[in-house]
Order: sequence, then C-alpha cells, then structure tokens
Amino acid sequence: MHDFELHAPDSIHEAVEILAEHGGSTRVLAGGTALTTMVKQSLVRPDHIVSLHRVPGWSHVARLGPEINIGMLATHRAIETSPLIREHAPLLADTYAQVATVRIRSMATVGGGIAHGDPAQDPLPTLLALNARVRLLSATGERQVPVGDLFRDFFDTDIGPDELLIEVQVPAQPHDLEGVYLKFLPRSEDDYATVGVAALARVERGRFQEARVALGAVGPVPLRATAVEQALQGRKADAATVRKAAELVGDLVDPVDDARGSADYKRDMAVVFTRRALEQVAGIPR
Amino acid sequence: MTTQPKKARVSTTVNGQPVDVLVAPYQSLLEMLREVLGLTGTKEGCNDGNCGACTVSLDGRIVDSCLVLGAEADGKRVDTIEGMARPEGLHPLQQAFLEEAALQCGICTPGFLVAARALLEREPHPSEERIRLWLAGNLCRCTGYDKIVGAVRKAAALDGAGNGRAAG
Repeated sequence: MHDFELHAPDSIHEAVEILAEHGGSTRVLAGGTALTTMVKQSLVRPDHIVSLHRVPGWSHVARLGPEINIGMLATHRAIETSPLIREHAPLLADTYAQVATVRIRSMATVGGGIAHGDPAQDPLPTLLALNARVRLLSATGERQVPVGDLFRDFFDTDIGPDELLIEVQVPAQPHDLEGVYLKFLPRSEDDYATVGVAALARVERGRFQEARVALGAVGPVPLRATAVEQALQGRKADAATVRKAAELVGDLVDPVDDARGSADYKRDMAVVFTRRALEQVAGIPR
Repeated sequence: MTTQPKKARVSTTVNGQPVDVLVAPYQSLLEMLREVLGLTGTKEGCNDGNCGACTVSLDGRIVDSCLVLGAEADGKRVDTIEGMARPEGLHPLQQAFLEEAALQCGICTPGFLVAARALLEREPHPSEERIRLWLAGNLCRCTGYDKIVGAVRKAAALDGAGNGRAAG
C-alpha cells in the first residue's frame, strides 16, 4: 500500500474539519472493506485517510416517529440482526443479510456502503425503494439528500469532498407493504449480484394499490424503475400484468459485460428477476 | 484529535496479552500480526477480503484482518489462532479438524478455526446450514468443505467448545 497520512478524529466535527482542510486528496475510512482494498490495488491514492474508528457513537439504530435513523457506523450485521429493523423495515434486514459474508458484514458500515457508490451493492436498490435519505455534514453546515439523487456514475456520488455521510433516514415499511430483495447469484453465495431487484407492493381487492421497484448491478447507478411502477399502479395483480410491466426493465437498464455476466444476459435477467420479485410481493403463483 | 504522520502507536490486547507496537498507517492488521508481532499463524491468502484465510476476531467479531488497518486495532481485543489451544491441549475444534482430516495443505485452516470458534460461541449447536453460511467467507482449495463442516459439527457436539464468550 502507498503511504498516506492517517487521521483519527474523536468526533464527526473534527472529521469534517479535516475534510475541509484536505478535501479532494482525502478518503474516509469506516469499515474498510472497500477502501482498504482499493488503496492496496492503487485504484485510489489518497494523501490523507480519515479513519472513523475513534468516533464514539454514530452506530445507532433508532426509530423516531415514522422514520428509522441509522448512524453511519452501524454495520451491515447490526442491520441484519436488529429487532427494530426486523419489525419496522424487514426488507432492509433481509437485504443487508445477503451482502457478502458474515466477516464482511461485521465490518462494512451502512454509511460507508452508500458513500462507496458501487452500483452492484445489495442495499442500494432497497434503500431507493424505501425512499431513504442521507444526512451529509460539512464544516459549513448540513444537508439532506434522497438516496435516489445521490448517485451520479460508477463509484461517483453527490457527496462533496468536504462532506461526511453521517446518518441514513429510512421511512418505516408499512406492515401491509410486502417487500423482497432478490439477488441473482449464478456463482457463489458471497459474490456481488449479477442482478439485484428490490420490490415492494400493496395489493388490495386484486389490484396494485402501490408498487415500487429498484435495481442494482445493471448500470452505472442503482435505479428506480418508475416506468414499471406506473405500469402496475391500479392494475390487476396477475401474472400477465406483472410480465408486461417487468418487460419494461429491459429498456431502463444499462449493464456492462463483466465476470458476472454479459450485458445482454444481465438485461434479460433483470427482466426475469423483476418479474419474480413482483410475483412474490403480489402473491401471484408462478 | 490525533494525527499520525508516520508510525502510529497501537495499544491492543492480542490473545489476552497487552501489546504495544508501532505500525505504519498503511500496514494492515494482518501485516501487524505477522510482520511486527511475529504471529504468523494468521495467513495471507487473497489479501482483498475474499478468501478468509486471515480471519481473526476483533472485539469478538470475526473480520478479514487484511481489510483492517493495524492502527484501527488500537484499544481493541484481537484473538488469533495462536490463542486457541489451551495449556492442557488442543481446542475441541482443532482436535476435531485433526480427527476428521479436515485439512490438507493447511493454509486456510487457521481462518476456518477462528471463524468456527466464533460461530460456536454464539450458537453452540448450529445446524449444518448455519455452519455452511457462517463459513461461506472461508475458501479451501484442497479438502472440499464436507470434512470441514463435519469437523465443526463434531466439535459442536462436545461441551465447552465455545468458551462461553459473549456474542458480538
């Protein structure tokens, strides 16, 4: 690994002061599962690393009114095993439980995973579908950004070089909104998804009263499939409707060829797994 | 606030022993254990968080030590394969790995043992599915996994394999 200056602030305010001073040549280290590897491989060469391992707190999982607030340092494992998340956002627990392996989940943080901006990460489509927001702190103030507006390109986000993602706010999942995250893994259990689909739906009197669909690993950013959602809204919750709506995904995604599949294969699988996810949340027999 | 321009002083507890060392900012916990402390039982496999050969326990949670900076271990408790055997003999998991022939070349074995111990500490009698899921981040390229899973099941059937440490 190349050399860098390691900063270990004792608070988020000290952390953002360092970011304000060193800005673009600085990376924030939380769980380290992504950044440490990227630095070792010289994919990034920061002059400064701000490690958050001495920052107390900020790993909270708390329910405040209609929202669940998750501190940036809460681990994937904490979300997977939190009774509060299991009760108020079960889709979030199910999704984080599918990331990599338990040793990665016990290190990787919620804030770090989002700020990393890798479109193949499992939690991103689920956070999109749950309408989550993030709080970004800098030395000059704070702003909130919907997760849907956060991603710009592969590993590129709207988070400024002087900003720290301190908290994620997730509206609780209504109990009558069925959710699922389907991760297509043609190779091994601990891999990144070839295609990941998060879907939520409420069906009343045989019709879709609400449907949400988001996908990961199928383009430069995780995406919300609003065209699919609109095609379902108010329609009969049957196999034909779902099949037709899922077909729309093929035109929304922009996958790349890589070790997890060709672009064409991923496009086809995005349609298939969107259909399966919707069938599951709408209770349509396959 | 602490700024660490060159080497950082790390005060940690390794296998129950207090340890003070100096590490460079870019040295991983794996490198700190192997190269600074001479604890070479923890192995380097892929060095990018895929193979689990470098698994250690950090404050009771298993981590890939190649993905942790040594400096991040400051103030934490590290448990490695070297702390596993007891004065009176091997840990039940180690004994079971021997009896079940759950290793060939052995380079993945410390990682499997540390990970399996963490599982049994949390769940003294896990199902085969739980064992396989928990060990999904440990790769073995010679034995295949059946003998390893069998060894963990055997050790789980013995009392005291977990040492009763709190879950993390």
